[in-house]
Amino acid sequence: MSVEADGATPILEFRNINTHYGAVHILKDVDLAIYPGELVCLLGGNASGKSTTLKTLLGMVTPTTGEVVLDGEVVNDKPTSYRVERGVTMVPENRRLFKRLTVKENLELGAYLRTDKDGIANDLERIYTMFPRVKERLSQRAGTLSGGEQQMVAMGRALMAQPRVLLMDEPSMGLAPALVQTNFALIEEIHDSGVAIFMVEQNANMALSIADRGWVLQTGRVVLDDTADALMANPELRASYLGG
Amino acid sequence: MTATSVPATASSSEPQWSPDPRRLVSYGAICALTMVFICLIGMPVKLDPRPLIDPILSRGYASLVWVPVVFGYSVTSFVVLEGMAARRRGPSDVLEGAIVGAIGGLGVGILGLLVDNFDLRDPLINWSPQLVDFITFGNSIGFGIVIWLVIGALCGAAGAGLHLLPETVRLYVASVVLAVVGMSFLETAATDLLQGLKLEFISDAIYAKQGGLTVRGAVIVAVLTVAGLALGRFIRANQQRAAAGRAEADLATGGGASLTPVGGAMRRRSNRELVLGGLGIVGLLLLPQFLGGIMNELLANVGLFLLLALGLNIVVGLAGILDLGYVAFFAVGGYTTAVLTSPNAPWLHPELPWFVALLIVIPIAALVGLLIGAPVIRMRGDYLAIVTLGFGEIIRLLFLSDWLAPYFGGAQGITNIPGVQIFGIATVSGTDPKAVFYLVMGFCALAIYVSWRLERSRLGRAWMAIREDEKVAEAMGINTVNAKLAAFVTGAILASFSGAIFAAKVGSIFPNSFEILVSVIILVIVIVGGMGRIAGVALGAVVLIGILGGPSQPGLLQELAEYKLLIYGALLVWMMLKRPEGLLPNVRRSRELHHEELSQDAWLKAQEIEAAAPPDPEYPGWETPA
Repeated sequence: MSVEADGATPILEFRNINTHYGAVHILKDVDLAIYPGELVCLLGGNASGKSTTLKTLLGMVTPTTGEVVLDGEVVNDKPTSYRVERGVTMVPENRRLFKRLTVKENLELGAYLRTDKDGIANDLERIYTMFPRVKERLSQRAGTLSGGEQQMVAMGRALMAQPRVLLMDEPSMGLAPALVQTNFALIEEIHDSGVAIFMVEQNANMALSIADRGWVLQTGRVVLDDTADALMANPELRASYLGG
Repeated sequence: MTATSVPATASSSEPQWSPDPRRLVSYGAICALTMVFICLIGMPVKLDPRPLIDPILSRGYASLVWVPVVFGYSVTSFVVLEGMAARRRGPSDVLEGAIVGAIGGLGVGILGLLVDNFDLRDPLINWSPQLVDFITFGNSIGFGIVIWLVIGALCGAAGAGLHLLPETVRLYVASVVLAVVGMSFLETAATDLLQGLKLEFISDAIYAKQGGLTVRGAVIVAVLTVAGLALGRFIRANQQRAAAGRAEADLATGGGASLTPVGGAMRRRSNRELVLGGLGIVGLLLLPQFLGGIMNELLANVGLFLLLALGLNIVVGLAGILDLGYVAFFAVGGYTTAVLTSPNAPWLHPELPWFVALLIVIPIAALVGLLIGAPVIRMRGDYLAIVTLGFGEIIRLLFLSDWLAPYFGGAQGITNIPGVQIFGIATVSGTDPKAVFYLVMGFCALAIYVSWRLERSRLGRAWMAIREDEKVAEAMGINTVNAKLAAFVTGAILASFSGAIFAAKVGSIFPNSFEILVSVIILVIVIVGGMGRIAGVALGAVVLIGILGGPSQPGLLQELAEYKLLIYGALLVWMMLKRPEGLLPNVRRSRELHHEELSQDAWLKAQEIEAAAPPDPEYPGWETPA
């Protein structure tokens, strides 16, 4: 099954998860495990259950059966805020900034659950050094930024929550090719600083090029589970996702 | 209705402007329809006996002649388009206005002819001989048609002629007209206030015996308005000169950060706001001492609705939950107080003192807020609005029902509610509107403080995020259900305060005091005033309740009480078209509503910045716009 990283306990884990939207079966017996400091990706086409996986991890969807495990604790009935507080943060699809709020307000809302004022100030500074352009735009409304700048703010907002694992929903979606490159460079940079990353992507080539491991989801079922290199070499996957 | 007058660099190659007959006819037709409508709702005939300026203009005719003026002005308003030759202002404008006005006047004349010859009195109660008399000035119908053609043309021409005046003069003219009409309509209030100040001689001097300003009075008001405006401009010009001087001095000294002048200006501004606010509060607190009973009653009503609007402002303005059944909590506050304080209550009647009852009202209102809020809050947008509308009616119908009549009196309501005893010193009840006003103001102050603190709190930030994007707010770890429930419950408690005061003020309580119209009017106050901003809500309450009047409370314009809802509606439509952010908007709200224009501005600014500074070589990719 999954590739164990030095026998450590996973930060986040799916144990035999099934979810339903109404009567429709979305995720079918899904097992996942994200270990500290990993960069993993979940690949799959449209309607394969990728977004549902993220929502279930974050507690916005409750599984019908199975366990969502955070640091060894079953958190099925814990709200989103409980998981965010313990270091699970999401960068939503299409960035979804609070468009009419200022950049600063967006960043501050990322730290909504934190109460350590000094820590928040430190992290803000860290984000400014990471993205000098964001600092120039602090009092500007997020909706008026360019696509690249919005991506920086979305990352910054997520980092403000002090994540241990960052859930990224389709980081390449809606971005120009040049931006996708820089965006993935950025993801690697965040990963290098010690944050585990769980990335949901349609762009399999791009995702596998930086990931350690990956899963392939097909109509709600995990059909492949391997290291990124092995997945890259997998002829089936090459045929269906990587363009031969 | 704004016209930009930019000197155009007209060259022969640019397309020239030419008059558009279809535009004139369609404006004329709308003008005629508006005037006919006003005639048929009976406004002119009803208002005719009272003069606006004695003996020149009666209120009846005034209610009609403003229409061609407005249409004459707007038909000649044009936006100057880039690359197009601006039309030259001149006599052709006046002619166009006159044509539009004449078409409108002709409409009134034809209406007179029709009313004279056919009888449609059955569906249209104002289809009356009095209307014919009004239109013909008591002469033949032919005279009526001609005279209205002339009146319409003159008024239309006057409206269009405003464009020919320089901006400043236009401002003066508009202000003088507004001041004269205002002073005439506000006669009751002005007389009452002047009496309180022992300045009766002023009201004697400007008002005619049968009501309305005298000609001399109108001239006095006009002169005072012009003088006031001129003084204001003079002071502002002086201040600007002084500020410019200060900025120069700051630059000359050279020391200090470049931000100092700006910071200084901001501090000066906030100081001035503080002083003005303080003076306003002192004035407000002293005002009732100089007013008579009727005016104080009116102030008390304004206060009651202000308290309700402040509560709803938290729900709608801050948390973004469109609650159309807000009256439910007003009713709960009123009924709980009635049951707990009145000896006539059909149930319990412990006859508690009002303040003790209030301590019980708070948890009950909170509980009802939770009970209604819990199912409602999970819905979004339109669905939520409709469901709250339903709950508002359910609560009223429950109080009205025979089923609960043994507890709340059904249609008979609960009577004999005692007033508010303040430490055995004074009793506040409906017979003493002055005291009610002070009590209401106390609670309004509390509501304002609560709103102010909440807006700047963590909860306030959660509301802001929810209003923007509820899903993402949830992903940030904000408990959206709890945050929205908190808004709902806070709003419910503030409304129940208003209900409790209302019960003590009126002395009796009936289900029909809590109709859906009350919810609508509270919402209109919040929207017209400026959602999310306390000063805006206060202005909205003064304008709507104070000037126009509440659902069953008379306002200053008592003569227009019959047409109150029509005016509310027209005001709301106009606001939504021209100024959706309200009279005194919240900065953020106005940003949200004028999103596109602001985006454009920001984009232009960003272009400037980018042009000034070459892109950062470290992040080459970031320049690509989305």
